[in-house]
Amino acid sequence: MQEKSEMISSLFGRLSWDAIPLHVPIIMGTFAVVAVAGIALLAVITRFGLWGYLWREWFTTIDHKKIGIMYIVLAIVMLLRGFADALMMRLQQALAFGDSAGYLPHEHYDQIFSAHGVIMIFFVAMPLVIGLINVAMPLQIGARDVAFPMLNSVSFWFTAVGAALTMLSLFVGEYSRTGWLAYPPLSELSFSPDTGVDYFIWSMQIAGLGSLFTGINMVVTIIKMRAPGMTMMKMPIFSWTSFCASVLLIAAFPVFTGVLFLLSLDRYVGTNFFVNDLGGNPMMYINMIWIWGHPEVYILVLPAFGIFSEVVSTFSGKRLFGYNSMVYATVCITVLSYIVWLHHFFTMGSGETVNSFFALATMIISIPTGAKMYNWLFTMYRGRIRFEVPMLWTMGFMLTFGVGGLTGVLLAVPAADFELHNNLFLVAHFHNVIIGGVLAGLMAGITFWFPKSLGFRLAPFWGKCSFWFWMIGFGFATIPQYMLGLMGVQRRMNHFDDPALQIYFQLMAFGAVLILFGILSFVMQLYVSFRDRDQLRDTTGDPWNGRTLEWSTASPAPVYNFAFTPIVHDIDAWADMKERGYKRPLEGFIPIHMPKNTGAGVVISAFAFIWGFALVWHIWWLAAVSFVALIGTVIQYSFNYKRDFYIPVDEIARTEAERTRLLAQQAGS
Amino acid sequence: MSTVSEQHAHDHHHGHEGAHGSFASYKTGFILSVVLTVIPFALVMGHMLSSAMATTVIILVLAVVQMLVHVYYFLHLDATSEGGWTMLAVIFTFILVVCAVGGSIWVMYSMDMNMMPMPAGMHM
Repeated sequence: MQEKSEMISSLFGRLSWDAIPLHVPIIMGTFAVVAVAGIALLAVITRFGLWGYLWREWFTTIDHKKIGIMYIVLAIVMLLRGFADALMMRLQQALAFGDSAGYLPHEHYDQIFSAHGVIMIFFVAMPLVIGLINVAMPLQIGARDVAFPMLNSVSFWFTAVGAALTMLSLFVGEYSRTGWLAYPPLSELSFSPDTGVDYFIWSMQIAGLGSLFTGINMVVTIIKMRAPGMTMMKMPIFSWTSFCASVLLIAAFPVFTGVLFLLSLDRYVGTNFFVNDLGGNPMMYINMIWIWGHPEVYILVLPAFGIFSEVVSTFSGKRLFGYNSMVYATVCITVLSYIVWLHHFFTMGSGETVNSFFALATMIISIPTGAKMYNWLFTMYRGRIRFEVPMLWTMGFMLTFGVGGLTGVLLAVPAADFELHNNLFLVAHFHNVIIGGVLAGLMAGITFWFPKSLGFRLAPFWGKCSFWFWMIGFGFATIPQYMLGLMGVQRRMNHFDDPALQIYFQLMAFGAVLILFGILSFVMQLYVSFRDRDQLRDTTGDPWNGRTLEWSTASPAPVYNFAFTPIVHDIDAWADMKERGYKRPLEGFIPIHMPKNTGAGVVISAFAFIWGFALVWHIWWLAAVSFVALIGTVIQYSFNYKRDFYIPVDEIARTEAERTRLLAQQAGS
Repeated sequence: MSTVSEQHAHDHHHGHEGAHGSFASYKTGFILSVVLTVIPFALVMGHMLSSAMATTVIILVLAVVQMLVHVYYFLHLDATSEGGWTMLAVIFTFILVVCAVGGSIWVMYSMDMNMMPMPAGMHM
C-alpha cells in the first residue's frame, strides 16, 4: 500500500482527485458553464471545418497584424473573467454587513481579489497594450513586419499559456490568496502551502518571458526598421511611446523574473530569502517587486498616452501641439519611473530622508504627465473636433485621469500616505488611473484601429453606449470608494461590522452593474458591426482622415503592408503626403521578401504549459521531460533554413489592382 | 526608384552589420588585458607595496580599466557603433542598475536602522 502511494506520488506529484473542488457549488457551476460553452465552441469550429483555417491563418501566423488581433481577443476573453471577479466582490461587499456573512467564504473571496488583480493587469491590460502595438506600430513606421516575427509568435503564445494556467487554477487546485503581488511571508510555504502561489509564480514567469521578448522585438523594430527619412524625431508619438514602453519592458521584467525566482526557491528548495527568520527579509521582496512594478504602470499607460496623441490630432484635424515636448516628456517619464518605486511602501519603516526623496521624485514625475495633458488640450484648441467614439474616450480620459493623477500626487505625500496606505482610497486611485487612463486609451485605440485591422468600422451607436455606461458606472464605483478611504476603511475585507458603511458599498455595486452594461454594449458593438460589416466597410484605407503612415495602405493592410516602402519627409507623414498630392504607384512592383508561417511558437508554448503545470503539482519527471522538449524544439527550429519566401510580382499587382478598383469606386460614388 | 531598390537590397541583408574589429585591435586588446592582469598579480605576489590599502585601490582601478578594455576591444562598444544606440543602451543600463541596486541598499539599510533591536540570531 505504502509502495503504491509512493509510486502514485512520483507519477502525479501533489495532483489527485481532491484537487478538483467538487464540493464548492459556485466553482462547479462556473465549470459547468465554461465546459458547455467550450464544447459548443469546439463543436461549431469542427462543424464548419475551421480547424485547418485557424491553424494555417491564425495559430501559426507570424504576421504582426494577426498576432495583434489574437492578443486583443485574448484580452477581451480575460476581461470577461476579470470583470466577473469584480462583480462578485462588489456583490459580496454590498451584502456582507453585520450578521450577514454574504455569499463568499473568505478563502474564496481572497482568491477572487488576487485573481482579479493578476488577470486585469497581466492578461487584459498587457495583451491589449502589446496587441495594439503589434497592430499599429510597424505600420506607423512603414515596416513590413517586426524585427523577429517568429519570436513575436512565441511571445503571444507564452502570454496565452500564462492566461490558460491562471484559468486552470479555477478548476484544478486553487488560486493564490495573497493579493495580486503575492507578498511574503504570506506567500511563503508555511502560510500558503497549497498550489495557489505556485500557479501565480509559473503563470507569471511564462507570461513575463513573453512580455520581455516583445520588448526586445519592438525596440529592435523601431531602431532598425523605420521607413527611409523617418528620423526618431519624425516618428509618430504612438511609436515613440511604444518604444519607451518596450525599453521599460526590457529593463523591468528581468527584476520581476528574478524576484519570483527567489520566491520559488524559497517555496521549492527551502531557501530563506523572504522568510522572517534565518536572515531572510520579506521587505526585500516588496522592494524588488516594486522596482519592476512601478515601471510596469508606465508600460501600460505610456502607449495609452500615445493613442490619445494620435486620436486627438486626427480628430481635431491638426498637427499635435508640442510634438517635441511630448517626446521629451515620454523619455523623462521612462527614466523617472525607475526612481519612484518606494512610494508603494512608505509605511515600511524607512527613514524620513528615504521617504522624502521618493515622495519628491513621485511629484516630479507628475510634471511631464501634466505637460502632456496641456499638449492634448492645446491640440484641441481651435481644432475642428469630430466627436467620434475614440475622441469621446480621449475626452473622458482627460477628466477621469485628471482626478486619478491628482489623488496620486496626494498619495505621494508620506504623511498622507500613512493614513491612506492600503485602504480604499488607494484602491480608488489606482482604478482611477488604470480605468481612466489605460482602459480609456485602449478602448479609443481599438475603435481607432479596428478598420485598419479588419476592414470595417465599429458601429458608433453601441460604442457611445459603452462609453457612457463605463464613465458613469465608473463614477459610481469609485467616488464612494474615495470617501470610504478617507474614513479609513481597509481594502480586501469580505465583511464589515458598521452598517452605516453599507450604502457606499451598494452604490459601488450599482456602479459595477453599469460597467457591466458598458462591457455588454462593447460586445454588442462587435456583434452589430460584424453583422453590418458590408455597410461599415472601409474601402479607402483612411476612414478617419488620418495623419500617420498606417492610413496610407489598404484596410485591412495587405500581408506585405506596403507595396513600396514609403519615404518620409515630415512628422505626420501621411498628412504630408496627402497635402503634396501623393500618387499611389501602380506598377513597377518587385517581389517582396517575407517570413513563412511556423507552428514552432505554438509547440514551444505547449511545452511551456506542461512544464508550468508539472512544476505547480510537483510532477518532477514531467517537468524535466517538457523542459527538455521545449529547449529541443527551439534548437530544432534554429536549423529550419526554409523560413522565408518571396511574394511574386503578379500577386502584388493583383492585390494592388483590387485596391485601385475600390478607390475608383469610392471616388465615383 | 533608387531608394526602393536599396530597400530591397536591405531585405536580403540578414543583419550582422556591427564592426567586428581587426586583428590589430584584438591584439591590442589582448596585450592590454594581459598587462592589466599581470600588474595586480605582481603587486600581491611580490609584496610590492607596503600599504594594503594602496594595493586594494590600485587593483580596483585596474579592474575598472580592464572592464573598459574588454568592452571596447572585444565587445566593440564605442560612441559610433549602431549609430550610437549601443552606447546609449549601455549608459541607460548603467543608470538603471545604479538606481535599482544603490536605491535598494539605501532603502533596506535605512529600514534596518529604524528597526527595533532583535535578539541575536534573529537579526538580518
